[in-house]
Amino acid sequence: MTTLLIGIFLLSLLVITAIAIVRATDLFSAVMLSGIFSLLMALNFFLLDAADVALTEAAVGAGVATVLLLAGLRLTPSTEAKGRSLRALSIGIIAAVALLMIYASFGQPSLGDPLAPAQQHVAPWYIEKTPELVDIPNIVTAVLASFRGYDTLGEVFVVLTAGIGVMFLLGGGRGKPFSRLDSKVEEGLSRHLIPKVMARLLVPFILLFALFVQFHGEYSPGGGFQAGAIFVAGIILFSLVRGERLTLAVIPPRVLLWMSAGGALLYGSVGLAGIAMGGNFLEYSVLADDPVLGQHIGIIVIELGVGLTVTGVLLSIFHAFAARD
Amino acid sequence: MKLLGLFNYWVFAVLLMIGLAALISRQNLVKKIMALAIFQSAVFLFFITMSKIENGTAPIIQAGVDNQVFSNPLPQVLILTAIVVGISTTALGLAIAVRLYEEYGTIEDNEILAMDRKP
Repeated sequence: MTTLLIGIFLLSLLVITAIAIVRATDLFSAVMLSGIFSLLMALNFFLLDAADVALTEAAVGAGVATVLLLAGLRLTPSTEAKGRSLRALSIGIIAAVALLMIYASFGQPSLGDPLAPAQQHVAPWYIEKTPELVDIPNIVTAVLASFRGYDTLGEVFVVLTAGIGVMFLLGGGRGKPFSRLDSKVEEGLSRHLIPKVMARLLVPFILLFALFVQFHGEYSPGGGFQAGAIFVAGIILFSLVRGERLTLAVIPPRVLLWMSAGGALLYGSVGLAGIAMGGNFLEYSVLADDPVLGQHIGIIVIELGVGLTVTGVLLSIFHAFAARD
Repeated sequence: MKLLGLFNYWVFAVLLMIGLAALISRQNLVKKIMALAIFQSAVFLFFITMSKIENGTAPIIQAGVDNQVFSNPLPQVLILTAIVVGISTTALGLAIAVRLYEEYGTIEDNEILAMDRKP
């Protein structure tokens, strides 16, 4: 009951924040509000037992997305022109659709109903078979990396494609390819004492935590997607404080390109290795003599591929926005 | 009690429509991208709501604990990857908005259309 009430409180805040985002004409405040929106969303996911999703939303939505939107706003006007207001007809239609969906919700199973169709279909099979077939504690990772490995491979390529799109659109500054990206920003916020000290204290632990999330993702909430996002958040913090020039010296654009493409390639080549060793595409059981050991090897390698691609792509996108002037 | 259990779906409906309304009515492209993100978050909330089970816990098996009830891992997997894909597409949209601003000097869609219509 308490959890339900906390959930209702958080969801109400979520709606208020969404309205505030839409109404704000200053886009900077809208971006900060959308960071709050993501954090509230992450708390909601946590209450709904989705620890992995909450971790991802907190790192991606509240961390990386906010920085990317701010980097975009640096290049575009930050106030919104006074636009047309919604016409009565469109308000009517939208309110009617919302009411219709709320009416339809009365036919939905209540929150947490064990007899809901969503709980009856394949989920019990995944929960029952994971210890036997894959034998890792985190069922979410098992489904993501092994049972539904095709899906995840597709998602990794979507992320890579979006990254390639941004690199083509923005490049490494005007008239330069991304691989020759350079920055003149020497010092960032390093003259300000508090950000400098905070970054010095936090960055190593954020990077260490990202590696923990990457390699402990089979046993606790985590995996390549979350680890990549957290790693990027740490590097971006470093970059904001110590300047982009130093960050680019640590991880040059060429390395980022190799990471982005190499991660996706690594994932695909695990699939091909499965074929070469007499199984199907992305069948990990044939990778070792013991099928369960083969699953473990496959999952660790493809999670590494996912982590590399997500890190490479998100960091490339950040640099592409930051280097543009 | 039964009614309170449906609150998540109501919030889903309201958020979805707030996002859609803003997407249609706002002319600023960056604002449109944010509205799309709200729309997307509403769908995420809907999926995760379906995964929740009463007295359940996060789907991570603890050694030595019997009779655990786990929430549905499948919607969680779908949404986890969708969040990362969402940020990538947001970044792509933002990059297009930046390029449009460099070409047209504005990111309000009505002004861009007006410039295109002029011969």
